[in-house]
Amino acid sequence: MEASRKLSAPAQPQVAQEIVQPAAKPRRRLVPSFLGDRLFRSLTGFLALLVVLLLIGFAVVLCMQSRLSLARFGFSFFTGTNWDPVNEEFGALPFVYGTLVTSAIALLIAVPLSLGVALCMVEMLPQWIAGRIGFLVELLAAIPSVVYGLWGIFVLGPWLRDHVDPVLGRYLGFLPIFQGPHIAVSLLTAGVLLSIMIIPYITAVCTEVFRVVPQTQREAALALGATRWEMVRMAVIPYGYSGVVGAIILGLGRALGETIAVAMVIGNRAEIAASLFMPSSTLASVIANEFTEATGDLYLSALVELGLVLMLLAVLLNAAARALVLGVVGGQGEGR
Amino acid sequence: MDNARTAQAASIVPVPASKPREARLIVTDAEKLKVVDLSAFYRGKVALRNINLNIAANQVTAIIGPSGCGKSTLVRCLNRMHEVQSGNHAEGQVWLDGEDIYAPGVDPVQIRRRIGMVFQKATPFPTMSIEDNVTAGLRLNNRRMGRAERDRIVERSLRQAALWDEVKDKLRDPGISLSGGQQQRLCIARALAVEPEVLLMDEPCSALDPISTARIEELIVELKASYTIVLVTHNMQQAARASDYTAFLLNGDLIEFGETNQIFTNPSRRETEEYITGRFG
Amino acid sequence: MRTAPRKERPYLYRKFKSNLMMGLTCAATLLTLLPLFLVLAYLVSKGFTSLNFAFFTHLPKPVGEPGGGMANAIVGTFELIGLASLIGVPIGIGAGLYLNEYGGAFSAPARFAADVLIGMPSIVVGIFAYAIIVRPMRSFSALAGGFALGIIMIPLVTRTTEEMVRLVPQELREAALALGVTRWRTTVSVVVRTAAAGIATGVILAIARVAGETAPLLFTAFSNRFWARGLREPIASLTVQVYTYAISPFADWQRQAWAGALVLTAIVLALELGVRWITRGRLKPLR
Repeated sequence: MEASRKLSAPAQPQVAQEIVQPAAKPRRRLVPSFLGDRLFRSLTGFLALLVVLLLIGFAVVLCMQSRLSLARFGFSFFTGTNWDPVNEEFGALPFVYGTLVTSAIALLIAVPLSLGVALCMVEMLPQWIAGRIGFLVELLAAIPSVVYGLWGIFVLGPWLRDHVDPVLGRYLGFLPIFQGPHIAVSLLTAGVLLSIMIIPYITAVCTEVFRVVPQTQREAALALGATRWEMVRMAVIPYGYSGVVGAIILGLGRALGETIAVAMVIGNRAEIAASLFMPSSTLASVIANEFTEATGDLYLSALVELGLVLMLLAVLLNAAARALVLGVVGGQGEGR
Repeated sequence: MDNARTAQAASIVPVPASKPREARLIVTDAEKLKVVDLSAFYRGKVALRNINLNIAANQVTAIIGPSGCGKSTLVRCLNRMHEVQSGNHAEGQVWLDGEDIYAPGVDPVQIRRRIGMVFQKATPFPTMSIEDNVTAGLRLNNRRMGRAERDRIVERSLRQAALWDEVKDKLRDPGISLSGGQQQRLCIARALAVEPEVLLMDEPCSALDPISTARIEELIVELKASYTIVLVTHNMQQAARASDYTAFLLNGDLIEFGETNQIFTNPSRRETEEYITGRFG
Repeated sequence: MRTAPRKERPYLYRKFKSNLMMGLTCAATLLTLLPLFLVLAYLVSKGFTSLNFAFFTHLPKPVGEPGGGMANAIVGTFELIGLASLIGVPIGIGAGLYLNEYGGAFSAPARFAADVLIGMPSIVVGIFAYAIIVRPMRSFSALAGGFALGIIMIPLVTRTTEEMVRLVPQELREAALALGVTRWRTTVSVVVRTAAAGIATGVILAIARVAGETAPLLFTAFSNRFWARGLREPIASLTVQVYTYAISPFADWQRQAWAGALVLTAIVLALELGVRWITRGRLKPLR
């Protein structure tokens, strides 16, 4: 009997009429849901595709715009030392040299300092103060580069000329790089200014890398009787080694591409100067200085080719740095 | 008697005649959901194998089993939530009142409006107030509501979820300001507000204290007057207390299905007995 | 100590070395922060003394004439930021959403492209904008400048959006989907809404970043001594103005360069400090 009572129940559930409103039945949509989904997915997908196309577009546009120069000079563009817009003779070696030297100086100063700051924040300081210092270091990256340039022209350059150049000249003057007159706008000034500007980038990545070193690694070293520094040498740096290399490469990428601050303090001479006290030019600074004045298609094309070189360097260095840092920091906040 | 019942079932749900039926014949109530040969896959691995199950209308059906047995997967298959995570898919049929929700052309979004779900973790939308949480499902479906209708829905849903008296004076407070048990009842209210026909509950009490758990169990029993309920639980006492039918899953297979009384007092399979007597799982 | 014949260093030496090295890291920290304070100190001391009311209200004077201000450059900077945001924000947010919410075929290339674009020298972006907009239009223009800055914003906004949206718990998405809400509506009304503060922070940081850019504006927006009368005309910006004045031989222009630098830095730092304070370290900066 019990079963038959249940049997007689209607197929539809007995919706309690007093609480459920009559509008309960699924309403027909005007647009099927998958249509909106597909539209939204296509739209955002298109925007993501746009980011990819943008990168490709950079390569295509820069190649197109520099084809005159590419065709005319070929590889000799990079070996020629003569940059002579009047006679349409373009050799980029002085700028390559200037870029490499300023970047080298910047790394030489920035790498030890950044490592020091990162180790200090991760290994020495309590979290709350490390956070504050990290914040200040980030502010270093927030200051616009034209402000650094301004400060470089009027403060850093003269100070280096008056206080650092003489010391270097006196004690290391036997090296050709520290000979000659002392000039405020120089390779050295640009290098030092660049180092200040790239420290925050290197420090940020190194800090992140050191933070992911497992505590067990540190404890293992300490348990062997290591001092704090030995622990850093044994456990922290080896574990994060490739990440640190990635950070340095990232910093290098920044230094190569930095434009306006360098253009303001390097003096802008298209010459290969042996002395670091002498003015020079970098790939980026010469573009900034001459692009608007470039008359003639070949001149402009040569400048775009410098940009193409910068872009290729940036892409290569960023890709390398990304791979190295991701190897250490892992999926954290990156990829899936 | 048996034949009559089979006929009745067949008239509700057209099942291909070739399918084996014995597993489904236990339910003596009108069926709301009928699972036929359902298999589910999780990144290529089998999570459920050929499940056949009938869910009775206006009853509580519990799904029990050791962790990893596929009970969550099964319940997520019932409103096509399983496929939401990439790499997952399901095969087979699930009939809802004579409509196969896995048939091509069926809109999963429409299905989910008819088959609501409450999760293990209470998930009120953090940016929304209590009343906005309740009406979220309606508003996000572009349902236009007048102030009066909206208030009516909020009150009705919260009353159904036995939360009204506790929150009626602070409907504008954020949903996440409530306690864990209240948040879970808010989620139940939110699911009820869209007026589903079936309510799936995936371990709704596992993150709650005993008092909140008891409150929700009472609620489940109250709600079955209006809704068909599927309750996934790892707590056998809960299944025994709150459910009318129980399905026991093990390693992706449906081992036994029957009236809760029978499963807990006189299981017909050795695995079931071992599980409910606590010998494993 | 003598009994240990191995080449083990004496403990005191090791201890000393450790303290020395760790002390050096602290010295490095102080040395690194020194330029920050020096730059800010010079900015404030030289900038404040050069600031006056005319600086905010007047146009620049012709070459060599003292006086005048940077009113047009200040407005120009905000105009350029506005244009850049029109390009950078929608594309960046959309692409970021795609990367996390859908993750289809080109999400890996897009993520890679965004990372590389973040490291792209801004002068190269200037060349790109010059080729795409200035050349066809045969004129420097605010449009070209905004385009260049917008391109710089795109990858920054993309990556922060992706990052912020990833922090939204999967359960919230499922909760919405289980209510019968469509996927896109879930993304817009639940995911984006939950991550809105983070996304906004990312946008503001990107704006702060492009507000300080000079190189990509040199040959796109160029500069203008007067008010720009439309988007198709060259437009002045604080950064380019500071650059031009800083390398000029006129004392009064150099004085104004400091004032401009102070205003520029104040704008950028206000944006950065503002959002940092609001989010309190929950967001890593992307640069």
